[in-house]
Amino acid sequence: MRASQGMPKRSPLGAWLDRKQDLFISSILLVVALSAISGLVVITAFIFKEGLPIMLQVGVGKFVSSSDWYPAEGHFGIFPMIMGSLAVTAGALVIGGVLGLGCAVVLTQFCPRWAVSILKPSIELLAGIPSVVYGFIGVVILVPMIRVHLGGPGLSVLASSIVLGIMMLPTVTSISVDALQAVPKAYRDGSIALGATHWQTTRMVILKASRSGLVAAMILGMGRAVGETMAVIMVAGNTLDVPDSILAPVRTLTSNIALEMGYAAGDHRKALFATGVVLFVIIMILNTIALTVSRRRSRRKSGA
Amino acid sequence: MASEYKRYARALWLLAMLCACCALSGCRRNTAGGVNVMGSTSIQPFAEVLADEFNSRHPSSRIDVQGGGSTMGIQSVTNNLAQIAMCSRELKSSESRYLKPIIIALDGMAVVVHKDNTVSNLTREQVREMFVGNITNWSQVGGEDRPIRLITREEGSGTREAFAKLVMNNQRVSRKALTQESNGAVKELVRGDRAAIGYMSLGLVNDEAKIVNIEGIVPSTDNVRNGSYPLVRPFLFVVRMGAVLSPAAKEFLEFVLSPQGQHLLVEEGLVSVL
Repeated sequence: MRASQGMPKRSPLGAWLDRKQDLFISSILLVVALSAISGLVVITAFIFKEGLPIMLQVGVGKFVSSSDWYPAEGHFGIFPMIMGSLAVTAGALVIGGVLGLGCAVVLTQFCPRWAVSILKPSIELLAGIPSVVYGFIGVVILVPMIRVHLGGPGLSVLASSIVLGIMMLPTVTSISVDALQAVPKAYRDGSIALGATHWQTTRMVILKASRSGLVAAMILGMGRAVGETMAVIMVAGNTLDVPDSILAPVRTLTSNIALEMGYAAGDHRKALFATGVVLFVIIMILNTIALTVSRRRSRRKSGA
Repeated sequence: MASEYKRYARALWLLAMLCACCALSGCRRNTAGGVNVMGSTSIQPFAEVLADEFNSRHPSSRIDVQGGGSTMGIQSVTNNLAQIAMCSRELKSSESRYLKPIIIALDGMAVVVHKDNTVSNLTREQVREMFVGNITNWSQVGGEDRPIRLITREEGSGTREAFAKLVMNNQRVSRKALTQESNGAVKELVRGDRAAIGYMSLGLVNDEAKIVNIEGIVPSTDNVRNGSYPLVRPFLFVVRMGAVLSPAAKEFLEFVLSPQGQHLLVEEGLVSVL
């Protein structure tokens, strides 16, 4: 409380504020922090309150395993959407994972510093492009390309995977870069000293040592892919069928919600919230895995 | 340190003023002749044309047109969030108990295919069999040997419901059908895919897609008006029964049904109710 010494006398309010300064500020911060968390709590409670009753009414097993989605007739089964989300996410992971990991390896191991200072921000810039722009480019360029050269309707698992793969690049790349940079320099020096080449060192030492960080990067990228909506609606085709090839159209959980939310009423609306519950659970599982993996990694690091 | 508190105080003041401004501007919009029109994305482009014209004639009032879908529009009117709903399907019996439909125009529903498609006539039966999934190749209806790609609209869309009633006899649309969320997206797909067939509002089709004749009848404005073209649905404005409309809303409705308003709709490709 250095303020109270040698200062001229001032209003009672000011003096009171002075005395209470710490308490005042910390309580404001507490309120701010709590409001952020309460947002999470309220959203969770709301989704479950709206979605669970219809899920229980239909039967959880039937809801997630039935392929009949005819809301007007009271049939709610989201199995094709779950498969769709999984297929699209897996595809995105293959594309975004390979590209992102490749980027990260090049950026940390094989790239002069000046190039890194250009490349890394430009990859991170991808995160700032709105998803509807990705979707639009997908519809206008990617979809006709797939339709003409590979067949099928163009709107497909493949198109969504490519779009999502590129969208998750910034997440995967920047977290992988962090993981690769966290490998102690001694590992690398030791390996080089033993006569391994640069590539052998990268492949057998650096990648292995940072494996858990890389897994966390993949899973966080996956979370982004599962949750993305707008771009997917535009390029996925949104059929109600389980996709039988990567050229077949799909509907994901998120696009099911976004497509029909504007119109839905009654049980249909509740079923869309229930779709949200399923999505919520899937994302929770992914995040829990990511957290556990990265925590294990930091524990190991602090032990080393 | 006193100056620091003054700064806090000033910041708080600023915040309070900002809030007040927002609140006030929010009020202004609602009081001074603003009318919210909300609902079907099929009617939205036409309603916007009407609203623009109306706003330029009556500078003191403001008509706001928003999309969201027929059902959403009806919910908004029910909850008093909008004064007028746009609805591109007929009211359900539960809705018509407390809502009043006003037919503003008739719209033909066009069955559209790619420009280069050789098929130019289909029966209603054939369209239905295609969308059910029993006819799967264009050669079965006299076209090239090419699998048929169905494009439908999302569950709850007014266009889809009208299609279900007029063509499908409430049979289910095949699961394999691609689902798009607007007339524009359907058009975009049909434009680029030689195997595609979709349906959309006749007034919104341009020369990027080919319109198929139904039962040999060209879906022209005349044929829609005289009833020979079978796929016709009404475009509705919906208000609450017994609701006291603001003067601006009343004037807007009168304008829409006046010869000038109807003329605008006809110019945009709809069929007048006069």
